[in-house]
Amino acid sequence: MVYKSPNKGMTVIVKTVTRLTLAFILIYGIYIGMTGGVSPGGGFTGGVILALAFVHIMLAFGKEAALRKLRANTLRMVMGPAAFIFLLGVATGRVPEEIGAICEMVIVGTGLFAIFIALVLASKSDRNSE
Amino acid sequence: MTPQALVPYMIFVPLAAAFLIPPFGKKFKRAGDAIPCAASVCVTTLGLYLASSVALSKVLVHKPYGWQAPFGTAFVVDGLSGIFLVAMNIVALVVAVYSIGYLNTYTDRWKFSSLFMLMLAGINGVLISGDIFTLYVFLEIAAISGYFLVAFGIAPDGLEAAFKYAVMGALASVFVLLGIALIYAHTSTLSIAGIASVISVGQQTDVLKFATVLLLVAFSIKAALVPFHAWLPYAYSSAPAPISAMLAGVSTKVLGIYTIMRIFFVMFEMTPQVSMVLIALGVASMVVASILAFVQVDIKRLFAYSSISQIGYVALGLGVGTPLAVFGALFHLLNHSAFKPLLFLASGAITRLTGTRNLGKIRGVMKDSPVTGTATLVGSLSICGIPPLGGFWSKLIIILACIQAGRPVLALVAVVVSVLTLAYYFRSITQVIFGKSVIRGQREGAVTVSMAIAMVTLVIISASMAILLLPNTGNAVLKEAVSVILNGKSYSAMVAGVLK
Repeated sequence: MVYKSPNKGMTVIVKTVTRLTLAFILIYGIYIGMTGGVSPGGGFTGGVILALAFVHIMLAFGKEAALRKLRANTLRMVMGPAAFIFLLGVATGRVPEEIGAICEMVIVGTGLFAIFIALVLASKSDRNSE
Repeated sequence: MTPQALVPYMIFVPLAAAFLIPPFGKKFKRAGDAIPCAASVCVTTLGLYLASSVALSKVLVHKPYGWQAPFGTAFVVDGLSGIFLVAMNIVALVVAVYSIGYLNTYTDRWKFSSLFMLMLAGINGVLISGDIFTLYVFLEIAAISGYFLVAFGIAPDGLEAAFKYAVMGALASVFVLLGIALIYAHTSTLSIAGIASVISVGQQTDVLKFATVLLLVAFSIKAALVPFHAWLPYAYSSAPAPISAMLAGVSTKVLGIYTIMRIFFVMFEMTPQVSMVLIALGVASMVVASILAFVQVDIKRLFAYSSISQIGYVALGLGVGTPLAVFGALFHLLNHSAFKPLLFLASGAITRLTGTRNLGKIRGVMKDSPVTGTATLVGSLSICGIPPLGGFWSKLIIILACIQAGRPVLALVAVVVSVLTLAYYFRSITQVIFGKSVIRGQREGAVTVSMAIAMVTLVIISASMAILLLPNTGNAVLKEAVSVILNGKSYSAMVAGVLK
């Protein structure tokens, strides 16, 4: 289990809280993503929350742990098709609204997480792993 | 499907290609080459079809999701965007074919293909958008993928150039956005046709004048007219050759000149002040850039400065503003988007042949690679204005139009700059093509089949551009675009009528 590396990331308090809240953040993100219309929410907001869940792992456990959970390769493989299905929905209007919302969530979530990864990898000092 | 319903596919097809390349491009190398070419062929065919439908029905309007006129967005194709759609997508197709061979020394080519398709989607989006905010969004898509593509080689000079381009481009984008915000605050609509009808009722207020200045500066940065040209020589010379060709042939034309035509001629009424500014920018670009071109030692920088100078001709023609001058400007723009990509593609082949961009060291390309030599020769002859080629006719029309409009000084400047162009091309390029060969770089397989096909295609196109002057064929197409530029109000009325 990736969480068992005591030297990396932040203190044990943060790690424990992250471990406990992670599932709730993910569920909340999906809930926000799937609602919309009359209530606050929508694919974009939900995607942001999903991305924040992984950013949370990265801050608490270090970038290796987060990248082991969700590899850059996976991001690429998921993001392209999701964007394609979303575009198909825009073009034809035949894709159900729920699937469109899920795709938007995936696009925004993977996109934001990819940007965060890029910023972390591009930073000079390697603070996360110390 | 009706032609109207097909209009947004000009954006959907390249976008879909851009999204499909990442999952497949890394595993299947061929997919990363085949998908952009296939998408470009589709879009070019579609562009030709739309342009031919425009010839029948004057204007095609697509309203997505049935939103009504002042609130919803609309995609519009008219004579002006039709001719641009065809020309720009043909250039993009040629560049896509060229990059199959050119990029075989690069890693991560799927990233290039994906960004290239995003750029094409942005370009087509700018051309078909019927409201200024959609135009801004697609302008940003095209510009941002451009910044990344300039840096694609990850050489230090490429990264520096991309940074300069990104800073200047971001400044221009902020100006565009501020200008759009002011116009929206003033007119309460974003649709180009709607704004045109609102403004024609009211007077020119200070807010609109300020917005005009902002937009004029922003689009001059995008078109790299002289006081705003600083990013261009860096970006063109350091980018990979296909991207230099794409920026020179498509990006500056659409993001700079087409938007100037659309905003200042069709949306706003052309005022004497704006036309004076356009003439001043045009003359400055022509003169300054062709003098600076004399001292260049880098072949791609030479082409970059000559590109600025030729765009100056277009701005001059638009500024003079008589029907003949606008016709000449449009024709020169189309010529330039045929022969400048040709020169940049040839410069890429030359760089691979000799391993250098230094004009003093490249000699005798014609003997080592006849295709590349011919391409450089035809491109240079056309840009210098040697009679049978397109460049001669368009410069002649612009000069005649200046005389006809009672501005002999401008005509004189145009003639002098034309001579200067001939002089610096003669001085720099003659040895490159015909000199004694002293080759050092990789010789075997430097010019691949796909690169040769692309260059030959552009040679044929730029040699036959004069067809557009023949009456009843190409001439009618150009005349239609000119009438859109000159009779902006009637265009707006027509679009507004369809939107109602």
